[in-house]
Amino acid sequence: MQEGKPLNSKQVNRELLVSILNSPKWFFGALAVLGLIVLIAMSTAGFMINQGFGVTGLNRPVMWGFFITNFVFWIGISHAGVMLSAILRLSKAEWRRPATRAAEILTVFSLMTAMTMPLIHTGRPWRTVYWIYTMPFVPYDYARGIWPNVRSPLVWDPSAVYTYLTSSILFVMVALIPDFAVLRDRTTGMSHRIYGMLAMGWQGNARQWKLQIIAGVLLSALILPVFVSVHSIVSWDFGMAVSVKSWHSTIFAPYFVVGAVHSGVSAVALVLIILRYIYGWQNYIRHEHIDALARLLIVVATGWFYFFVMEVIFGFYGREADEIAVRNLQFTVSPWNIWMMIFVGMTYFLPVSIWLSRSLRRNLWVMSLACIFVNIGMWLERFLIIVPGLARKQLLTFDWYTYRPTSVEWIIIVGTFALVSMLMLTIARVVPLIPLYDIKEGEILRTEIKIGRVTVPAVFRED
Amino acid sequence: MAKAPILGLFESADHAADAGDALKAAGVSPADYDFLTDTPYPEGAFGEREEPHRVYIFPFIGALIGLTVGIMLTSMTQFAYPLTQGGKPILSLPPMAVVTYESMMLTAIIFTIIGIIFESRLPAFKQGLYDTRITEGYIGVLVNVDEDQLGSTQTLLTQAGAIDVVRNDGGSAA
Repeated sequence: MQEGKPLNSKQVNRELLVSILNSPKWFFGALAVLGLIVLIAMSTAGFMINQGFGVTGLNRPVMWGFFITNFVFWIGISHAGVMLSAILRLSKAEWRRPATRAAEILTVFSLMTAMTMPLIHTGRPWRTVYWIYTMPFVPYDYARGIWPNVRSPLVWDPSAVYTYLTSSILFVMVALIPDFAVLRDRTTGMSHRIYGMLAMGWQGNARQWKLQIIAGVLLSALILPVFVSVHSIVSWDFGMAVSVKSWHSTIFAPYFVVGAVHSGVSAVALVLIILRYIYGWQNYIRHEHIDALARLLIVVATGWFYFFVMEVIFGFYGREADEIAVRNLQFTVSPWNIWMMIFVGMTYFLPVSIWLSRSLRRNLWVMSLACIFVNIGMWLERFLIIVPGLARKQLLTFDWYTYRPTSVEWIIIVGTFALVSMLMLTIARVVPLIPLYDIKEGEILRTEIKIGRVTVPAVFRED
Repeated sequence: MAKAPILGLFESADHAADAGDALKAAGVSPADYDFLTDTPYPEGAFGEREEPHRVYIFPFIGALIGLTVGIMLTSMTQFAYPLTQGGKPILSLPPMAVVTYESMMLTAIIFTIIGIIFESRLPAFKQGLYDTRITEGYIGVLVNVDEDQLGSTQTLLTQAGAIDVVRNDGGSAA
């Protein structure tokens, strides 16, 4: 699948480095607006920490609300990177080339953003330092001989997320070395020195390329099991909770992993469409790539829908009163039932109906809308797992409180979206969001084959 | 006699491969010339030598270290702060597996990165003879020859189709 016109190295450098070497006029304006939103969100978080959780909608028994929903959402988005980069790299899918870098970087930033959520949610973030870093110069818990309880999923979770974050950063950095060399050769002064250091003296000899290719495959193979473990372990934050009936489900791990891939790949498709539009990368992010992503998403979405249905069926099948109370709330009580319909419609029926049509898959406006729908739906999914489950935690609880988020929570949530956008925009100014060497490799492997009376574009593939 | 580098720049892979063949025929050792490109070409495209490496051993070493650290960390913390829960053992293996697994994978990945960088002979802060046109799509054939053979190697590279030949002493010929 090679629908675009042939490109030479000079053109690839000129067009893909445009975000770094010729930053568009709107760049600093957009950065300032996003920065302002992040600043407001940070101030709001500071206000909340100062005032206490009374300014949020959290109250017994619903002690996990928007923040934890948002945490799971951003962890989910982070699954795009490895899904696209590792799986497509290992399967040698040709259309992966323009998507991998943006997906990997989105992984890093969404993970970083995700990890701010539990910190904010603790209410006293500085206390977290004590149980993460039990070092002599942070003596509070260390001095009392208190160590993190490895039996708790809340300890497993950061160990998995930080493993994934560290691995993803290293994965991105190694793949960036050849592109840093291109930037080193195209810049002067301080930029030249910095890119020179980052390129580490890369020359592009046969040995370095061989190891770069091995790095891609080897690291993909190593990160894949981490990728599966991360959202499985995030799901165990819920699944291991015996006291919350609707969470205590063995299907949660695969259900969460597939859901994460669904939202993550949709987010990457949206990011690619935005990059194509703002940097004029029509030669690189082509309709065929978005089309391929949409076709992949049909499979992922259907897999996700299967797990969703199974989760609900198993919930009903047990006929346990606590579980039925949660399902009753989710499916029959307004506004939860309305949110439920919006969630299922936006996550599955609406986007999949769009993706079944070839012309709609290749309409970038419609595709953007479908990807936004998926992510609104997937955010709601997490919300509808967390809040009703806690609100109907026990049949005879002393308080059946209904959670209503406050403006403080809304502002912080909006701030996280601005933060990821700001970080993506900033990094686009520093590193190429489409891997130059990957695109160039695709070009040297490009060919045409004649079948009967038709000549079709094709790509050589090495074993 | 001291060796000196000389770099021929080629527009096509065919010409670069021809230069490789000519160097081999002229008796230049395969260890003394290299092909510099801005993208990975299929292995053997230029008739270059095999590049043996030991990168696959790094993740195994890392995994072993991570496994050991993970087991020690999880078991020692449980003993350091024992939580007795209804007669269950203090040292509980299933939750240890999760943290140990992550520790093992993290160290395996870090060691893989170290292995990749080490085996790529990076960082090489003292860069040898190089030309920025390589990252514009030109293929560089970098040859290390005795100083008295620089002239003949330059002729050889030019005859193979080099559009330019660069030398450390400033000599350059189209």
